[in-house]
Amino acid sequence: MTSASPVRDLGLRLLRNRSFAVGGGLIFAVLLIALTADWLAPFDPLRNAFRMRLQPPGAAHWFGTDHYGRDILSRVMYGTRISLLIGGLVVVVTGALGTVIGAVAGFYSRLDAPIMRLMDATMAFPSIVLAMIVSAVLGASVVNVVVALSIATIPHTARIVRASVLVAREHDYVEAARALGAGDLRILFRHVLINCLGPLIVRLTYVFAIAILAEATLSFVGAGPPPPAPSLGSIIAQGRDFMREAAWITIFPGLTILVCVLGLNLLGDGLRDVLDPRSRS
Amino acid sequence: MATLEIDALEVRIGAAGLKVLEDVTLRVEPGEVLGIVGESGSGKSMLALAIMELLPGVARYAGGTLRWDGEDMIAAGPDAWRKRRGRDLAMIFQEPMTALNPVHRVGRQVEEVLVRRRGMSRDAARREAQALFQRVEIPRAAAMLDAYPHEMSGGMRQRVMIAMALATHARLLIADEPTTALDVTVQSQILGLLRDLRRDTGMSMLFITHDLGVIAEMADRVAVLYAGRVAETAPVREIFDSARHPYTRALLSAIPKTSGPRERLASIPGSVPALDAFPTGCRFAPRCAMRRDACDARAPRLRDATAGHAVACIEPFGYVSDEDGP
Amino acid sequence: MAAFLARRLAGALIVLLLVSLMSFALIWLVPGDPASAFLDASATPDQIQRLRTALGLDEPLPLQMAHWYGRILRGDLGESILLQRSVSAALIERLPATLSLAGTALLIATLGGVAAGIVAAVNHDKWADQATMSAALIGLSVPDFWLGLVLILVFAVSLGWLPTGGFVPFGESPLGWLRTIALPALTLGLVQLGFIARISRTAMLEVMRQDYVRTADAKGISKLEIVVRHCLPNAFIPIVTVIGIVAGALLGGAVVIEQVYSIPGVGRLIIGAIAARDFPVMQGGLLFLAVVYLTVNLTVDLIYALVDPRVRLT
Repeated sequence: MTSASPVRDLGLRLLRNRSFAVGGGLIFAVLLIALTADWLAPFDPLRNAFRMRLQPPGAAHWFGTDHYGRDILSRVMYGTRISLLIGGLVVVVTGALGTVIGAVAGFYSRLDAPIMRLMDATMAFPSIVLAMIVSAVLGASVVNVVVALSIATIPHTARIVRASVLVAREHDYVEAARALGAGDLRILFRHVLINCLGPLIVRLTYVFAIAILAEATLSFVGAGPPPPAPSLGSIIAQGRDFMREAAWITIFPGLTILVCVLGLNLLGDGLRDVLDPRSRS
Repeated sequence: MATLEIDALEVRIGAAGLKVLEDVTLRVEPGEVLGIVGESGSGKSMLALAIMELLPGVARYAGGTLRWDGEDMIAAGPDAWRKRRGRDLAMIFQEPMTALNPVHRVGRQVEEVLVRRRGMSRDAARREAQALFQRVEIPRAAAMLDAYPHEMSGGMRQRVMIAMALATHARLLIADEPTTALDVTVQSQILGLLRDLRRDTGMSMLFITHDLGVIAEMADRVAVLYAGRVAETAPVREIFDSARHPYTRALLSAIPKTSGPRERLASIPGSVPALDAFPTGCRFAPRCAMRRDACDARAPRLRDATAGHAVACIEPFGYVSDEDGP
Repeated sequence: MAAFLARRLAGALIVLLLVSLMSFALIWLVPGDPASAFLDASATPDQIQRLRTALGLDEPLPLQMAHWYGRILRGDLGESILLQRSVSAALIERLPATLSLAGTALLIATLGGVAAGIVAAVNHDKWADQATMSAALIGLSVPDFWLGLVLILVFAVSLGWLPTGGFVPFGESPLGWLRTIALPALTLGLVQLGFIARISRTAMLEVMRQDYVRTADAKGISKLEIVVRHCLPNAFIPIVTVIGIVAGALLGGAVVIEQVYSIPGVGRLIIGAIAARDFPVMQGGLLFLAVVYLTVNLTVDLIYALVDPRVRLT
């Protein structure tokens, strides 16, 4: 047998990892439901139907209805879409800025201390409170929620990238590339950042999970994306007033968040086992 | 009765059940020092751990018996074994740097044995620990009781380990390459100390090493281990004077003649085969200068060549084999 | 030891300086004018101007900053626009409720998490390990505010065992305190318990592979003693580190959980301020929480030095 390509080998090991398989399955299902909400959602998530107020889960409304008679299943499907959208955007922003900040800190010794102290300071604020206040101060919108959550998730990500860069920088091939006249940027991208990829992918998977939880929390306390978007956290906040008579309004969106976050955490665990086995913490 | 009798012991590791030890038969008499020699990969450390029942999680007993004063320990189970450890059985390890718990003072680690295993009071244990420290020639013994491991040199830490072993009043001390990690002068001090202790206490010792020079200094009898099997066992003089197994002879000829620093046993061509690549016949055959076709058929069993001298080879030197034998 | 502490203290001071600067800068994030953001559209220009003056927004930036530092160094975080009283006093008044919530949660999370981690590590790869770790993972994937609502639904609404919310200070009635704090602390603690359990398991597995554990085993002492006396103290460093991180997460979590259980703590104060755009309270509250967090982590560093003799030398 000829030697398998490293990428295929990695893929095989991932598929054999139970955490990765289960997590990947959950996320795939959630993603499918969120993407097809326009066709699959049985009702318009925003349409009121007062005759159908507070219907318990049944044949017509699998997840029941709320106090305006809106279908909870449909609202949850659209809410999941918002959660995934915001989570995905936070991953992109955090991935880009966290990598740049961490790489600069790790590569340029003179900038290391100032940058990392700034990151330490940002991490000293409880991240959820920081995100709440930033989001509220900027004014609630999808973009501002993404900004607020990214501010909270960037420091740790930058720290992980910096650590990998510090290790990679010491490799002989970096010295060799420099001797061949390669510039800083080329060395950074072609030789150093490649080594951060494993830990970074693992971290960003967890960032996705953190962002979904945080977005829900922000929406719950009223600092999330503005109504009428049926964000999962705000559905729960509305359901809170009807806990005694209509607990389903609260239960189902919460379970959905749980499934999303659990799936991402499993995915992250699986990726960590395969991509970054040394940092099991 | 022998202190320790091992008969046809087999230890396997992993899901694949690879044999790290196979058909190992040994005995240790009271007061005797049995030297175990072998290259890395010969299974000698695994044997030490098997005798202590400290096998790593992936390894398991797969056959044979291991008797202590006649008691079958594998059958008796972990609890019976735990009762023997720290009482009848003690062990010192290759790496004194990592064998002591970094967060406890060294005195306390010795006292633990005295309090837990010999039922001494804290005060009595403290005095005894100090006496033991003096016995193993740790300078300023009283003060050193309060030191942490990281404050001591490797040689001193190994002395602490020996003090800990002495604290048990064990009848068998297993020493797994106790001087390998130390530099040469410290090495000979520790060996001297172990010899004195053995003379004074009359304890048996199982002394594991890759260094035939150390064996010559320490052992009464020697067992040569190769790829998980005993190749040859004989009194120490006979091993040096009239070794019969080709592997033992190769080992002996690999000892540098000059009196420089001792080298590792690397001058035999080839290396110990990997666990998953053991040959079906004699395991030494691929490296053996005397190899014949019959060697590949099956592994020869250990048989007496003369009284007290057993060899596992189909053609021991000066000994005509009749293939199957009695 | 002294050098170690001095270095840590110096580091904390620099971070503290940055933290206070960032809290100050928060107000500059507001699009437009903080004064008009607080007041509604019906406010007259005169009213807005009066608030601007009160907030010191008309002064040049360096002077504003000098005032800010001058005040916070005296422990004065300014005046709340909404409550018309000192922010520091309002925070201090609400601190006991928040601390008893976060503290009890920390206790639950640490004791439960370390115990679960040990059980998992000792039974490595057996069913007890897998069950514990699956539960831990679910624990840290649950949205805490939702878990709070579910617990209220079960224990307060359906079973009626505990009140749905509110807070009784310990000094007033220990039993009443316990009844009001039980569910919130459990909610807050369970999430972090999963986190601590995972870290503790990893740390214990790492320690259990070490040579000195084999030495302890060679002494023939009981398995329990090996775990408690020889493994646990060595696993402490990563566990204590994580407790520092958890303390920060608990402070943030408490803010939300206070909202769920209507506990009059720092968190409700801050969330109320967010809703009302009461900037001095937001700034002061954020700085206050960061200072509490930094204090906790400095304490954790101290505990390090006490637990691990090796740290004292470096």
